[in-house]
Amino acid sequence: MAEPQTGADILVQCLVNHGVEVVFAYPGGASMPIHQALTRVRDRVRTILPRHEQGGGFAAEGYARATGKVGVCIATSGPGATNFVTCLADAKMDSVPLVAITGQVGTHVIGTDAFQETPIVEVCRAITKHHYLVTRIDDLTRVMKEAFYIARTGRPGPVLVDVPKDVQNARTVPNYDPPMNLPGYRPDRRASQADLEKVLDAIRKSEKPIIYAGGGIIAAGASPELRSFAEQTGIPVALTVHGLGSFPSEHFLCLQMLGMHGTVYANYAINEADLILALGVRFDDRVTGKLSEFAKHGKIVHVDIDPSEINKNKVAHIPVVSDVRYALRELLRLLEDRAYADLKRGGRYAEWIRQIEQWREEEPLRYPDRDDVILPQYAIERLWQILRDRGQLEETILTTGVGQHQMWAAQFWRFTTPRSWLTSGGLGAMGFGLPAAIGAKAAFPNRTVIDIDGDGSFLMNIQELACAYCEKLPVKVLLLNNQHLGMVVQWEDRFYQSNRAHTYLGAGPDEAAYPDFVTLAQGFRCGARSVSQKEDLDEA
Amino acid sequence: MLASRGFNIDSLAVGETEDPQLSRMTFVVRGDDAELEQVRKQLDKLVTVVKVQDISTEDFVERDLMLLKVRATPAQRSEIALLVEMFRARVVDISPDNLMVEISGRESKIEAFIELMRPYGILELARTGRIALVRGTPPEERPA
Repeated sequence: MAEPQTGADILVQCLVNHGVEVVFAYPGGASMPIHQALTRVRDRVRTILPRHEQGGGFAAEGYARATGKVGVCIATSGPGATNFVTCLADAKMDSVPLVAITGQVGTHVIGTDAFQETPIVEVCRAITKHHYLVTRIDDLTRVMKEAFYIARTGRPGPVLVDVPKDVQNARTVPNYDPPMNLPGYRPDRRASQADLEKVLDAIRKSEKPIIYAGGGIIAAGASPELRSFAEQTGIPVALTVHGLGSFPSEHFLCLQMLGMHGTVYANYAINEADLILALGVRFDDRVTGKLSEFAKHGKIVHVDIDPSEINKNKVAHIPVVSDVRYALRELLRLLEDRAYADLKRGGRYAEWIRQIEQWREEEPLRYPDRDDVILPQYAIERLWQILRDRGQLEETILTTGVGQHQMWAAQFWRFTTPRSWLTSGGLGAMGFGLPAAIGAKAAFPNRTVIDIDGDGSFLMNIQELACAYCEKLPVKVLLLNNQHLGMVVQWEDRFYQSNRAHTYLGAGPDEAAYPDFVTLAQGFRCGARSVSQKEDLDEA
Repeated sequence: MLASRGFNIDSLAVGETEDPQLSRMTFVVRGDDAELEQVRKQLDKLVTVVKVQDISTEDFVERDLMLLKVRATPAQRSEIALLVEMFRARVVDISPDNLMVEISGRESKIEAFIELMRPYGILELARTGRIALVRGTPPEERPA
């Protein structure tokens, strides 16, 4: 007869069994038993201590986004749990596999407004893929198995597991391989042959096709298939912010990012296209602008694993509910057939490509060349060039905060590999950059991880410098300090006659840049340097 | 979920089913085809939802159950009792100055009965919301 174990030890053993190597966990009253248990598996699971639960949540996201594995973060009840709210909403929006574990007050006092009690499952219902409040210790192993399964399968997303303290302390003999009970969950979606033949027929009829590819390509691990498909058919590829890295930027078929902050030529191309192959995308408003005007000349093929995305924002003429890698592989297989040999003939879209090249030449991404100051776009592009020249691009992971610097990074960095670009796209959560970089560094200690950040975003989770220092996770931060909330300022200029409404972050026109980030970094014992002249930038 | 995505629910009824592991929720939601497609898909996406069935185009039986307390002086009782009988409703409780009536049926019938009771003075009413089942063999058991 096996020995009974505590709920906390069972939970931690579940983490080990699910292959978890790193957790980001901040302790508190209601999660102490879990932390005690974590110390007993420290040879198998590394526990990283963030300095704020939101930092822990974003770090777990950074880990998950960089690896494709499930990220795990742990917090205590009440304020610890509510500090996860932004991270869970972020992971839901960007389809990031996450298991967030929260301590909860004892089952006997749930509902009494006990100290540090928050009904976190209720709070997070709409911002998680699924959620559990574990009230019986015997449910724990099944819940953990289901949580990991749900987080990583289908359209990935965050799962919250709320564990009352008495359940952590209770004892039972666990069954680590219980059957799951998910009769309504069907994550495996595969396109039918008939659907895919329709797609190829639509391509055959098209003269101006375009691929509009997004985060789904990266989630499905379909980058190689996307590349073969684009190359074999000769169809150009425009990417969403989360699609960056799924198709090489330098590829002649790549139109870079489309949408509000995208390239002019990608937007012209999608507007003129007669066929849009939308792969793992959700027709987000930052891509489409006014929905009725978006791609109105084109027939739309929409491939997505989540049926609710089809026809949600834009009606698909050919809807394909499928894992996008499966769909692309099957399309590639069909293309081998002689019946579709015509679709692979070179020069099929010569005129269309010529037109796009003309747009590309007329309206490239550009910024003014100035010698007196360092423009942020210049700083980003220089950093990219330096890493390229050193041959380090492939092993570099980039994270960002949210705002102008984020869009400049998306525009002027040239991504070559998937999972090298980690950014809060759907939710647009400022403060994401530094903790996400720490999470990525924890996953890949030998790779270079750089957070390109703005002064507003960086300050929101600056406390994580302490985590980076103490946990020996040396990430780099390129801080583009303009003393303003630049993206909001850009909108003020455009829509509010440049009236600055609390978008200035400095201390006043007579004072030096504020706060003094170099001194702050030094206070955390991190190296830092401030540069304001172009000739000093490279060296720094 | 429905509220957070901006869908309007007219009615919602929940109860156990033939399988004690499962409960059935019956919603009445108004919207155009595109909205209803989203309602269906968003409900289906919830991990705990086993099956979503849109029966609006099927041949179904629907019922709404109501308890209604109406002001009734002893002199008015027989008049109200006549209306109750015409609607195949039942008087389930009598107090010196009011009656409680139980009625079930299609929503239009319930609404009509409420209108007839209004002049007497409705004191309280409670409704279960609409429940419905498709006539004949359940869809999942029909031969393909």
